Amino acid sequence: MSSEWPLWEIFIRGQHGLNHRHVGSLHAPDAEMAVKHARDVYTRRNEGVSIWVVPSAAITASSPSEKGPLFEPSNSKVYRPPTFFDIPEEVGKM
Amino acid sequence: MYAQMVKSEATNEDPEKLAAFQARIDAGEKIEPKEWMPEGYRKTLIRQIGQHAHSEIVGQLPEGNWITRAPTLERMAILLAKVQDEAGHGLYLYCAAETLGVSRDELTEALLSGKMKYSSIFNYPTLNWADIGAVGWLVDGAAIMNQVPLQRTSFGPYSRAMIRICKEESFHQRQGYDIMMKMAQGTPEQKAMAQDALNRFWYPSLMMFGPSDKDSVHSAQSMAWKIKINTNDELRQKFVDQTVPQAEYLGLTIPDPELRWNEEKGGYDFSEPDWSEFFEVIKGNGPCNAERMEARQKAWDDGAWFREGLMAHARKRAAAKVAAE
Repeated sequence: MSSEWPLWEIFIRGQHGLNHRHVGSLHAPDAEMAVKHARDVYTRRNEGVSIWVVPSAAITASSPSEKGPLFEPSNSKVYRPPTFFDIPEEVGKM
Repeated sequence: MYAQMVKSEATNEDPEKLAAFQARIDAGEKIEPKEWMPEGYRKTLIRQIGQHAHSEIVGQLPEGNWITRAPTLERMAILLAKVQDEAGHGLYLYCAAETLGVSRDELTEALLSGKMKYSSIFNYPTLNWADIGAVGWLVDGAAIMNQVPLQRTSFGPYSRAMIRICKEESFHQRQGYDIMMKMAQGTPEQKAMAQDALNRFWYPSLMMFGPSDKDSVHSAQSMAWKIKINTNDELRQKFVDQTVPQAEYLGLTIPDPELRWNEEKGGYDFSEPDWSEFFEVIKGNGPCNAERMEARQKAWDDGAWFREGLMAHARKRAAAKVAAE
């Protein structure tokens, strides 16, 4: 059996109350070690206050070749951004 | 540079797909791992990113050599942090290469079998503490020259790895220059050591950029794919122009009697390194090639029980967890 450690995706929360953000990946035998390795590989300069590790194999991704049809429903709804509507100046701030 | 003489692969694919791919690159779009790409693009990138990663890892050896002999505790802590960064840079790059469908073990085995290379510069020895200054100043300085433009490379994971690396690399060069300043301002013997380190590392540093583009058949395709951003000669010129005033500040002399300012081109004229030496080092005949490969092989072999042991432990714990549920 291969002894190559599985791959983990690493997410780090920066200092400023942000979401956890994907920063890269690394190999580790288990989740606990993945957190320790992530500390050493991705936060050597105080880049984070919290780490998530997720087995890469557990991630389901949308297919790049279906990018068009997948995001089309949002593309065609031009009325979703507020700037679609003209509000008369007299109405004031809205 | 850290990736020298990377052979680009020919591609035999649907011309329409190739044209659409090239148009995306020309428009400045990033190519992501799961998207269609020409086989030549994929293979060239694996070779280049892999070689770059191997260089970061092997590059720890000449500097690691001086961690326990640093002149002060502070210098030791700084050098340790620097060498640890190099390990991190290797890991960012291996992961970027792995998104192209090659495994970490395959990359390591290709290094150990000699199928994949690392930068020629790490086959030179670090004989004394001044060499650690020269390596940080010149070798990391040359690396920065190459890596800054590579942040704009077309392959997303490579570009993101380069951005992380560049953020950390400036520390490396400055710590090296700081050592050189201290030595150059020290006793006459210390200053002579700094000059000697510069003498030995100058030409090997110029070699890091690879042979002149006139002789490089692979540059054109790699530049079209934005895997390579500048020519070897452009980067070498930039490096010389930047480094000469830094040497002058130290009161040290660049070991090149032909070095002089050329007003017309707005840069220095300088002597080419001895390219026959470069090709010998690449072939495996440099002063430290055998020692470096021995050290990597030993680390791989000695670490096997540890890698396997942790994996066995993880499997056992996972099985126990399933049984308890």
